[in-house]
Amino acid sequence: MSQTSDFLEMKVPAKPEYVGVIRLTISGVANRLGYTYDDIEDIKIAVAEACTNVVNHAYEEQAGQMTVGCGVYEDRLEIMVADRGQSASVDVLKGSVGPISANKPVTQLKEGGLGLFLIDTLMDKVEINNDNGVIIVMTKFLQRGEVEQNVGGISATTTDRQ
Amino acid sequence: MNLEIKHIEKEGKQFLFLQGEIDVYTSETLKQSLLPLTAQEGNEVIVDFSDVNYIDSTGLGIFIGALKSTHNHESSMKLTGMAERVRRLFKITGLDEIIDIEESEREEAK
Repeated sequence: MSQTSDFLEMKVPAKPEYVGVIRLTISGVANRLGYTYDDIEDIKIAVAEACTNVVNHAYEEQAGQMTVGCGVYEDRLEIMVADRGQSASVDVLKGSVGPISANKPVTQLKEGGLGLFLIDTLMDKVEINNDNGVIIVMTKFLQRGEVEQNVGGISATTTDRQ
Repeated sequence: MNLEIKHIEKEGKQFLFLQGEIDVYTSETLKQSLLPLTAQEGNEVIVDFSDVNYIDSTGLGIFIGALKSTHNHESSMKLTGMAERVRRLFKITGLDEIIDIEESEREEAK
């Protein structure tokens, strides 16, 4: 099995203006690891969704922090987004809906609730824990050599890098 | 990591040119520019996405809100110039089925 080679952690105020900073940083890490543009885009969106949920729901009145940890493995990125709020953000996540149905009257559509659906869709593995705040852990596997190796699934991507 | 918005009225249509990223930080400004336009009866609103390189669910939510507003005020909204990567999110969420998105002639260079 592969082992952690690096771990990085960022702690920022749970405010809207910092979500873009996290997104940019994670995008830089993913880029360095050789993810495709599409995969980097997926990771950026998923991380931003998790951070946005913290910003909107974790802390009520008081200021809070969010912690974003990033485990860099040989074959994957494991990104953790954590808050120390009242766990309200987990209820919002669980109330999340799937894609929008074209059959529903427009007036009944909800503006929110797509966040977790997107995280689930864009990442390979997602875990949510709420124990003293909420932690979302999401994993994206690195698929090296793109098309050819994708055929063999993830196990085919463990070939050594030069 | 910002969003610039330019509003132009041309031939009776309301054009909104967006440039930058639409996320939790910038979406409030977008909402304040877009919603007053869709809330005017008969308005034809065209949102130009040519220079938008990022959108997430907060941004999508603004467009769901705007779509509802067009239904309530008998106005219309069309999104144009969308790059493939941005359009993908509308597709995944099913929003492309209910929002009028113009097929882009300019495919994003891969």
